[in-house]
Amino acid sequence: MVAPPVGRAGNETASRQVAPRSSRTARPGPLVSATVAILVAATCIPLGYVVWGAVSVGWTRAYQLVVRPRVGELLVNTVSLVVVTVPLCVIVGVGLAWLVERTDLPGRAFWRPLFVAPLAIPAFVNSYAWVGVIPSLHGLWAGVLITTLSYFPFVYLPVAATLRRLDPAVEESARALGSDSAGVFFRVVLPQLRLAILGGALLIGVHLLAEFGAFAMVRFDTFTVAIFQQYQVTFDGAAGSMLAGVLVVLCMALLLAEALARGTARYSRIGAGAPRAATSIHLGRNMFPASVGLALLAVLALGVPVWTILRWLWIGGTDVWAPADIGTALIQTVGLAAVAAVLTTVLAFPVAWVAVRSNGVLARVVEGSNYVTSSLPGIVTALALVTVAIHFVRPLYQSVPLIVFAYVLLFMPRALINVRAGLAQVAPGLEEASRSLGRSPTETFFRVTLRLTAPAAAAGASLVFVAVATELTATLLLAPTGTRTLSMFFWSFSSELDYASAAPYALVLVLLAIPVTLILYRQSTKVAAP
Amino acid sequence: MTTTLDIRGLGKSFNDHTVLDHIDLQVSPGSTTAVVGSSGCGKTTLLRLVAGFEIPDDGTIAISGRTVASPERAVAPHKRSVGYVAQDGALFPHLTVGQNIAYGLTGSARSRGVRDRIVELLETVSLDASYASRRPHQLSGGQQQRVALARALARKPELMLLDEPFSALDTGLRASTRKAVAQLLADAGVTTLLVTHDQEEALSIADQIAVMRDGRFTQVGAPQDVYRKPKDRFTAEFLGDCISLPCTVASGIAECALGSVPVQTSFGDGPATLALRPEQLVASLVSDSEGRDSIGTVIAIEFLGHDVLLTIDPAADIAPIIVRQHSLNPPPIDAKVRIEVLGSGVALK
Repeated sequence: MVAPPVGRAGNETASRQVAPRSSRTARPGPLVSATVAILVAATCIPLGYVVWGAVSVGWTRAYQLVVRPRVGELLVNTVSLVVVTVPLCVIVGVGLAWLVERTDLPGRAFWRPLFVAPLAIPAFVNSYAWVGVIPSLHGLWAGVLITTLSYFPFVYLPVAATLRRLDPAVEESARALGSDSAGVFFRVVLPQLRLAILGGALLIGVHLLAEFGAFAMVRFDTFTVAIFQQYQVTFDGAAGSMLAGVLVVLCMALLLAEALARGTARYSRIGAGAPRAATSIHLGRNMFPASVGLALLAVLALGVPVWTILRWLWIGGTDVWAPADIGTALIQTVGLAAVAAVLTTVLAFPVAWVAVRSNGVLARVVEGSNYVTSSLPGIVTALALVTVAIHFVRPLYQSVPLIVFAYVLLFMPRALINVRAGLAQVAPGLEEASRSLGRSPTETFFRVTLRLTAPAAAAGASLVFVAVATELTATLLLAPTGTRTLSMFFWSFSSELDYASAAPYALVLVLLAIPVTLILYRQSTKVAAP
Repeated sequence: MTTTLDIRGLGKSFNDHTVLDHIDLQVSPGSTTAVVGSSGCGKTTLLRLVAGFEIPDDGTIAISGRTVASPERAVAPHKRSVGYVAQDGALFPHLTVGQNIAYGLTGSARSRGVRDRIVELLETVSLDASYASRRPHQLSGGQQQRVALARALARKPELMLLDEPFSALDTGLRASTRKAVAQLLADAGVTTLLVTHDQEEALSIADQIAVMRDGRFTQVGAPQDVYRKPKDRFTAEFLGDCISLPCTVASGIAECALGSVPVQTSFGDGPATLALRPEQLVASLVSDSEGRDSIGTVIAIEFLGHDVLLTIDPAADIAPIIVRQHSLNPPPIDAKVRIEVLGSGVALK
């Protein structure tokens, strides 16, 4: 799964206008307001489903369903997974970022983009690769190993970007005040990385709660895995919706923990970018162990999956390449992903516009609802839509519009972050200039605003595209009969332990994700040099 | 002859904070009016109201006799026939200089007519035709500003609005760009409303200046009049250094520590404050035998190259007076000097 790792990293535009310009934030028109209101209402469906589920079964029954040994077991599993994996990812990610950004380690230009590459390998493909190498792999530690190797870039990327942006003069002052390298790191650098680390950690936590394929493959039961199994046994059952309720509570706890840890801290604007590069720290005798460590991490995170995929392809030979199946899957996947990406990005425009250009109640509601739904596991959203479809709009059940709608809900934040950042960079002065040159608001939008936001929108759309193409959980639940996407083919083969036949699909999935991973890497370096 | 811009009773508030309070202003065709005031006084809001980016709470704005804004009805900015040049030029970063200039013109930027017009406009702002293919970021600040002006001129607006157009430029460039732009607008006969916080800029460029303070005009008039005959102390001090002396006015003559000074505008006899400009004072050495006129002692000298600032402690019981005069042979420190007043002063309450 690929997600924007720079997350909420300050998109603030360096506004030069200080004068009271409150009225510059125009009021959105009826069309924009209506679109935004409908989207916000739609984002409430998953939460509504959970609450409605609890209410409809009655409190006694709900209590019985929640307080039982199975739930306790899932709770222990899920919480241990988060508690172990998130700190591990933070240590790996921060250490890595510091080594490649701040030391004289050889080959930094090579390592720097390399450690973003794991983002191109979906976690369930990574899991498949590890099971191929160690067939007995299972349980908590398997889950920790695989997700740490898949998700550490979520911390590495924003931390590296922040490190590049920090003003070295601050660290030099600390040195002059008598701190050694370690002292500077812990007392000056680390506090400044806090927001980047917290943002990355939250993203990892959310992914851990939502991941299904990677854990199912190593027979490790988390809430998401259990909900999925429950759904296959009795779909639309009360037990499933109660489990989803507990999962949502966990998710809210995660958001709350992050919000508390973040406190009132804000990204302080550190000059207009550091004018000088920081002086590299001399590693000396530590050079060798550091290089070995990096190489080992690269082998574990990238070597293993690449090698396994290639090995299965080699073993399977030409037999596993079923052109008709792969072709169909590719066409269906690309079709669904393209439609969802375009629709999501188009819908992101009014939402982003409200968030950037107005500062009313609507804008705050939009921000808040997006923040929450972006963190909800895909399985909850999928279950909610299945339930709503079955009960209220039967014809939509297992239809293409419903699954596209699910993708829009699930991946809207990815498009939104980019469109928002792009829109924030279009100075209102440019639109005003266009208006004073005789262009109507509509013409101005197409000739100036849209044109300037296009690169950011394209980046957002490609992120959504890859997220949809590699999505498994919601797709398995919502896909119309007859739909077979790449990830569905991959999943059914690897569930039947036909690893060789699954290999071509894994390869195509990884190849699809590579260009977008490059976009992510570029974006993070652009943040560093505005 | 109708005025090009006619503003009557204009008012605007943001969040209960009054930014403009009953503004009246007339700008006659082909002239340049500068609105000058410190930052936050409401002058930019005035410009934005005229451009149509904001809608007034009270009052009306008419351009060439057509009412474009009133609390009931506002003409959209793109239908007002005004040119607007923002502080930083606001050039479209995704378009070349030529495309920027062509933006407001009808027809493709590649068509013959439009291309000729671009070259003509670039010439008007003293830029070579080769600039048309450049990108905005390849231009210096002054060039960007001139392109923004050419772009605004392209549609032959009835009224040109300039929002601190030179403040983003460095000092040397500012003076030359200002001169060039003033000349160009005068030649083109474009009616201009300019907003600035720089009084020197306002005095040098405008036919009429309006001094603004807290959303009101303190005085509107020709630069010389407003500078020489300020109506109040704020206007007097805002437009340049000012020496204020307590005085008593009787039939057009103010008696003060520097002697008798004729006053231009008098509100009647009695005690008042006499306002003088530093260039009206000349300090000269007095020999011991002379005892005429007012006498003071030089207590500090500040050498500024072309000019010298003398701080003189007058014999009378008033604050030291600062005299600015050319730096050739200034009186030494501790010297006894006589202060002569040239021209007349203004008596203020």
